[in-house]
Amino acid sequence: MNWIRWLKKSPWVFHVNTGACNNCDIEIVNCLTPKYDIERLGIKLVGSPRHADALLVTGVGTRQAVPRLLEIYRQMPKPCVVFLIGACAIGTGIFAGGYHVAGPVDEILKKEDPNVIIAYVPGCPPKPEAMISGIVKALAIL
Amino acid sequence: MGEVFWIPFWILIFPGFVFTFALGLVATYLVRKVGALVQYRVGPPVFQPFYDVMKLMGKEILIPQEANRAIFVTAPLVGLAGVLLLSTVLGVAAFWPQETFVGDIIVVIYLMVLPSLALILGSSASASPHAAVGAAREMKLVMSYELPLVMAFIVVIIKSGGELSLAGISSHASVGSISGFIAFFMSLLCIQAKLGYVPFDMAEAETELGSGVLMEYSGALLAVWKVMHAMMLVALPMFLVMVFLGGFGSTLAGLVWGIGKYVIVVVLIILIKNTNPRVRIDQAMKFFWVYCGIALVIAVALATIGNIYDIAWL
Repeated sequence: MNWIRWLKKSPWVFHVNTGACNNCDIEIVNCLTPKYDIERLGIKLVGSPRHADALLVTGVGTRQAVPRLLEIYRQMPKPCVVFLIGACAIGTGIFAGGYHVAGPVDEILKKEDPNVIIAYVPGCPPKPEAMISGIVKALAIL
Repeated sequence: MGEVFWIPFWILIFPGFVFTFALGLVATYLVRKVGALVQYRVGPPVFQPFYDVMKLMGKEILIPQEANRAIFVTAPLVGLAGVLLLSTVLGVAAFWPQETFVGDIIVVIYLMVLPSLALILGSSASASPHAAVGAAREMKLVMSYELPLVMAFIVVIIKSGGELSLAGISSHASVGSISGFIAFFMSLLCIQAKLGYVPFDMAEAETELGSGVLMEYSGALLAVWKVMHAMMLVALPMFLVMVFLGGFGSTLAGLVWGIGKYVIVVVLIILIKNTNPRVRIDQAMKFFWVYCGIALVIAVALATIGNIYDIAWL
């Protein structure tokens, strides 16, 4: 049986902030509000990484936050998808080369697990429409 | 034929697994959809609970290193078996009343505790601090709502003239009297706590404990918990309908009206869920022991007086 087919119908997401300015996080929460209501697509924000199918990462990946991010990634049951939300998470944005930055999040995740599936949603912050569109497109090609 | 055929049929197909599972998914959909409508949202599609369960079946099962593996894996199955048996006993009492035994209400009271006990066991075995806090809260919650629930049944048993079988009790709609109404309302709140819904969802408390008791469960084991919850959403309101609201009857009209009563109870539960904040565990204990307790003592007294002097409305 093709289990990925069911994964597309109900991706539960877990949100982790690796040193973001909270702007992307507010926009993620905005997706749950009556205006956008991503529960229409079966997407649910869950409280435990063990229940999650998708990891929403915001922020540059600071030296303090990266070990926690990897710990959370290892705790997620596979198959799972990682969404990098916002300019910081995609390529460290305006913080590139900063003393506190441990590197772009995607490279760190690829070092941990070479088979990781990563989707990028650019923007500073990305609009909720952009996030929903990104999630739908990523799930379509999964 | 005979028992060899009927008992597996009851347990696996009609009042048991297949029926309760399907109806439970519909009821779960109702919970999410009505909740969404209350919040002016659109809500999930009809098959969403089914998609969730199927998806979880295909995921990896992670077992924490420090967990007690045997208990961690068997606890969800014990809970599921408990709900399965509960719904079978209830369904048989509703649709084959001649097949039941005297005292099945007592068996049902014990079976209703089983899912909560399995939840406590499973979360304690998972060696997670969040789950431990959740388990402690669930334990206190079980201790607080069991007493009012049993007292509410005592009211019903007095009202129906000492009947101890579900089939006998369900032929009296005791909600029509004052004591019966108090008992119905209080046991509705106890059922709310049993289902783990707001205002009594402190064991799962998404915002503070992650997901509390279910924190460490993933994949198929989590799916079993979700199925168990869905099946409880069928069995417990059905139990209320049978004990307080006059059951499902034996005619077609009675059956349709019985289904209507089930939907009314479920919608009441959903509305309570969506219009209340979560209470603290000490507030819940005080509520169940002091306020519910006093109200139910009064209800028992009223029912006894009504029984002695033959006043039906008391």
